Amino acid sequence: MSMEVDKYIASGILELYVAGALTPEQNLEVQHYALQYPEIQKEIEAIELAILKLAASASPKMPENGFDQIKSELGNVIQFTPVESKRKAPWGGYLGWAASVALAIGLFWLYSENRNLKSEIEISGQEKLKLEETLSNTQEAIVRKESLLEQLRDQNVTVISLGGQTISPSSYAKAYWNREDNKVIIDAQGLPEPPAGFTYQVWSLKLDPLTPTSIGLLDDFSIESDRLFVLENSNDSEAFGITLEPEGGSELPTLEQLYTLGAVGR
Amino acid sequence: MQLENLIRQFQQKDKAAFATLYHMYADNICGVINVILKDPERSQELCHDVFIKIWEKSDQYDTSKGRFFTWILNIARNTAIDELRSKSHKNQKKNLSVESLVGIYENSEDLNGKIDTIGLQSLLKGLKDKCILLIDLLYFKGFTQKEVAKELKTPIGTIKTRLRSCISEIRKNMA
Repeated sequence: MSMEVDKYIASGILELYVAGALTPEQNLEVQHYALQYPEIQKEIEAIELAILKLAASASPKMPENGFDQIKSELGNVIQFTPVESKRKAPWGGYLGWAASVALAIGLFWLYSENRNLKSEIEISGQEKLKLEETLSNTQEAIVRKESLLEQLRDQNVTVISLGGQTISPSSYAKAYWNREDNKVIIDAQGLPEPPAGFTYQVWSLKLDPLTPTSIGLLDDFSIESDRLFVLENSNDSEAFGITLEPEGGSELPTLEQLYTLGAVGR
Repeated sequence: MQLENLIRQFQQKDKAAFATLYHMYADNICGVINVILKDPERSQELCHDVFIKIWEKSDQYDTSKGRFFTWILNIARNTAIDELRSKSHKNQKKNLSVESLVGIYENSEDLNGKIDTIGLQSLLKGLKDKCILLIDLLYFKGFTQKEVAKELKTPIGTIKTRLRSCISEIRKNMA
């Protein structure tokens, strides 16, 4: 099931994303799609550009040396100014040296501790990013599965078992047909991975006379790890069949390549 | 990709990366503040403060907050709105809470010719006041969808699509 990118873009959610009006979860979802679909990424950048232009046109412009002024205020360190000490007894001098050596060791220790901490922070930052990515992937997968499960459990759904045919007797598939919503969910777990350059095509069949109507391709077979595909079907189907066809699908089914077939129980 | 690297370096307190980000966004951020305050001098000062804040809060940015620009936009908006609510400002200016984007070019003489009124007008050309207000509330005031729906007495479901068509008009004007 590939996402309907155009619809997603047209919904206006990306405009809200740039405005900062979405929840953190929605933000992660938008980013996830933007990574997946370059059109979405491009659209986000175009919306952002419009707002940037609009904001810039209302700007009194910052002075040329604006950043220098900022830079001078960044991470101000309080300077340590040594005080002229009076000459004291020699012991004081030795003590002074010993103290500065101790101080130097102490400072070096602090410095290396600080460096360690910084690199630890950096690593946790990266881990956090990875976790966020995983989380958003997982959330998306859960949402998808929940919606599929809901669709499968719908009371209007008819389940059709598609059995293996001559070319591949051990193959099987299931069709969950919701006549109210005109949707068929194909569970293609029992089909072998198609060879390169080929794809499975699903057909709605009328039996007498035999009239096949294509209802869609099972594209992205290996990527769709759950191998569940949602297809539109507004036909008054009497059976469903799945054939192996050259990439892009065929006008008519190649019957020698019929993998699975099953009739709709009435 | 490049922006991501820049942001990562900035989060590691790299001042050169921060300088680049500053030059990318300073005018826009300053513009956002000025739309809210309508006071060019004060906006420049606040813009300076906002970038110091951005530097100090650099570790708080992560992708769940959206685009980097969206994050700094939010900081700028909050700073400007706080200023507007602060007492000192209340004494100087009347109620500025509505239609700031509409007002800013209608009253452009007040702004000492400091802003690019022509650019602003050409970007907003042909946009209905309703559109401009919607953009103002969402981008320059930081309203949520719910708040916008209440303010404009519009069903929440229509806001997204209307916003899209309003922004599309600006994009057409840019072309």
